[in-house]
Amino acid sequence: MNTRLVEVRQNVLKQNDVVARSLRQHFHDEGVFVVSLVSSPGAGKTAFLEDLLTRLQPKYRVAALVGDLATDNDAKRLARSLAPVKQIVTGTVCHLEAEMVKSALRGWQPEKLDMLFIENVGNLVCPSSYDLGEDLRLVLMSVTEGEDKPQKYPTIFNTADVTVITKMDLANAVGFDGKAARRSIESVRPGMEVFEVSAKSGNGMEKLVQFIESRRRGGATAPVVQTTVETGNVMYYG
Amino acid sequence: MHELSIAMSVLEIVEEEAERQGGAKVLAVHLRIGPLSGVVKEALTSAFELARENTPWADCKLVIEEVPVVALCPVCQTERTVSSIQHICCPVCDTPMPNITAGRELEVAAMEISE
Repeated sequence: MNTRLVEVRQNVLKQNDVVARSLRQHFHDEGVFVVSLVSSPGAGKTAFLEDLLTRLQPKYRVAALVGDLATDNDAKRLARSLAPVKQIVTGTVCHLEAEMVKSALRGWQPEKLDMLFIENVGNLVCPSSYDLGEDLRLVLMSVTEGEDKPQKYPTIFNTADVTVITKMDLANAVGFDGKAARRSIESVRPGMEVFEVSAKSGNGMEKLVQFIESRRRGGATAPVVQTTVETGNVMYYG
Repeated sequence: MHELSIAMSVLEIVEEEAERQGGAKVLAVHLRIGPLSGVVKEALTSAFELARENTPWADCKLVIEEVPVVALCPVCQTERTVSSIQHICCPVCDTPMPNITAGRELEVAAMEISE
């Protein structure tokens, strides 16, 4: 019996990557700018996204997909922005995969959108491995989590494009050291853009809106006013 | 903990490749993993042992090669190996290196088959 070494050289997540690539192409063809959000549980993704959707809503057709292990509570909260929202319940799965995004979009008209936001499951580890076909990935860290979060979870910061520091209204109360946080970010992801926001007071949110608008520009069509409202869609996995 | 689904994806690739090789017995599968892949070696090793149970690859070994993070130093204009993913700076001149060229690998590199 002979033993032979066969070269394979295949990406383990090739299936996810194939789906993500086709999603990205589809979004690009339809002129939809896609932003995903990752963070630890409780960093304020939903409050941040609700405020962001509310601000973008008058100018753009926006919608959101939101992933959670269980419940559609976040979708209900986001629906208050009046943007169309769809919940993806992942069951036991700790992250979103491209196929889940694809299934969620089936029969749900992303073609008519200017921007789609995808809120990942609260988790700073697993989502880093999965491309969802997004144009921009935001990683959120709140001032209550500690300034060294990026160094504890370097991979997620490395796969994201921008850091958003949330709950800035609590910064003084918890003695948040902004410079230390920026040093930590810079050390794991040199050159990364950082925004400081408070969804509660609204501080810093307009700056971020402008940044997203500027990233979206380049071949995109003029914004139009959102008219449709669709909520209460829930998908289950697991 | 997404290593179990990663391990199952590895076995799917093993299955495809074994078929391509005429149904050969697979003795081992070699993976290359970068520190920025988001996969933990120990967790993947345990997950693989679980995933291969009661499959035709129950005896298939998992060999993991950990590859380093490499980035382009904007000052030296040379690719440098990064010593820590907590500190992505040039080991020679300590300049931050935004342009990472390797370290995100998560791939099946090769398989040992018997024939």
